[in-house]
Amino acid sequence: MGLELYLNLLSQPSRAVYIFAKKNGIPFELRTVDIIKGQHRSKEFFQINSLQKVPVLKDGDFILTESSAILIYLSCKYQTADHWYPSDLQARARVHEYLGWHADCIRGTFGVPMWVQVLGPLIGVQVPEEKVERNRTAIDQALQWLENKFLGDRLFLAGQQVTLADLMALEELMQPVAVGYELFKGRPRLAAWRERVEAFLGAELCQETHSLILSILEQAAKKTLPTPPPEVYPTMLLRIARIP
Amino acid sequence: MGLELYLDLLSQPCRAVYIFAKKNGIPFELRIVDLIKGQHLSDAFAQMNPLKKVPALKDGDFTLTESVAILLYLTRKYKVPDYWYPQDLQARARVDEYLAWQHTTLRRSCLRALWHKVMFPVFLGEPVSPQTLAATLAELDVNLQLLEDKFLQNKAFLTGPHISLADLVAITELMHPVGAGCQVFESRPKLATWRQRVEAAVGEDLFRDAHEVILKAKDFPPADPTIKQKLMPWVLAMIR
Repeated sequence: MGLELYLNLLSQPSRAVYIFAKKNGIPFELRTVDIIKGQHRSKEFFQINSLQKVPVLKDGDFILTESSAILIYLSCKYQTADHWYPSDLQARARVHEYLGWHADCIRGTFGVPMWVQVLGPLIGVQVPEEKVERNRTAIDQALQWLENKFLGDRLFLAGQQVTLADLMALEELMQPVAVGYELFKGRPRLAAWRERVEAFLGAELCQETHSLILSILEQAAKKTLPTPPPEVYPTMLLRIARIP
Repeated sequence: MGLELYLDLLSQPCRAVYIFAKKNGIPFELRIVDLIKGQHLSDAFAQMNPLKKVPALKDGDFTLTESVAILLYLTRKYKVPDYWYPQDLQARARVDEYLAWQHTTLRRSCLRALWHKVMFPVFLGEPVSPQTLAATLAELDVNLQLLEDKFLQNKAFLTGPHISLADLVAITELMHPVGAGCQVFESRPKLATWRQRVEAAVGEDLFRDAHEVILKAKDFPPADPTIKQKLMPWVLAMIR
């Protein structure tokens, strides 16, 4: 059995891993884990990842979680082009500097609108408006930092070439975009960055990776999303409760 | 000017950077940035680091923030022993995995435990509801269990038979709730013996030196009103 990637294209870090593997022609078996249906909570998946989350990489007996760790592993094992994870000391440090800030200020924050507009309502939970507003402010502040500190007048977030940082960022930003947040409005530098990243990845690959998340509102409106089984309610409720 | 490290040993990530640099004999100028005096919010510090955070590294013209980025930079530049961040692909991936996981889990709960149990009520004079404190400590408990069950398991160190950056980052984080008076190790013999191994590997004198400040956190005198006013927005943003 070759490389297996356990993913769900509704998940931001899953998409970053998927798009990286595809762009670099890394051969893998896609194992889709349907989160809404609760497949991540199955006994079988527990054997793969006791944390019951995606993405997960399985390379023979070697199992690895955490998207940034997976991306770094893939870039090294498959010796992808240097720009993704530069060997230059300072250039690589800039990638890690972004990933550290991303974990604090982007991850968690940018996923909230999806919970508010789609996932919460799926189990009959409405997030208070006060929290929605607070999240909007947090998103705005993060985008300011993204544009001013990380992008600045550079072409990409960690330098003049695309890196793992840009993939992680793009896929997190797609989440609120998918539920109608106009993140790039009034942010021409960030909009230009997004276009550059998507042009580099290729329109076809972007469409393939993003079509599921971009159709989420439509699916929710048509009531074609799966119904979460009762056993996933506790973790969903916990996630919603953690929204500040 | 050689390497400069802008640190406050009150901060978990600063302790990891400090210990790592000292342990590996990396020469640096220590620049203390006193967080509870709000020095990180000053214009002078913002000039050097607009994100106004510690730790920060300055190596000639090169400025770097984020503790994991700093640790990895030091690892590569100063060619430290391999076990800190192994060359072996899978061994290194294990360290990357821990360093990624801890950010939104253990790090967050350790920080909240200190602030909800001690810093808000004692230092800032802001009461914390019993429910909030209970929720924070419950979350800490969950993450300590994950540390034991998913990462440590039956190994000597978090990612294998040797100490690595993962252990250093983890132990410095756990000292936060210890400093707050939480019983982190008392009911967890596995973690307690792991702690002893990490302390021995780091060196007990260095470990004690790095943790002197946090272990006195309960005794900080209350902040005066001017300082409190200055710090509140930063604290509230940090403890979302």
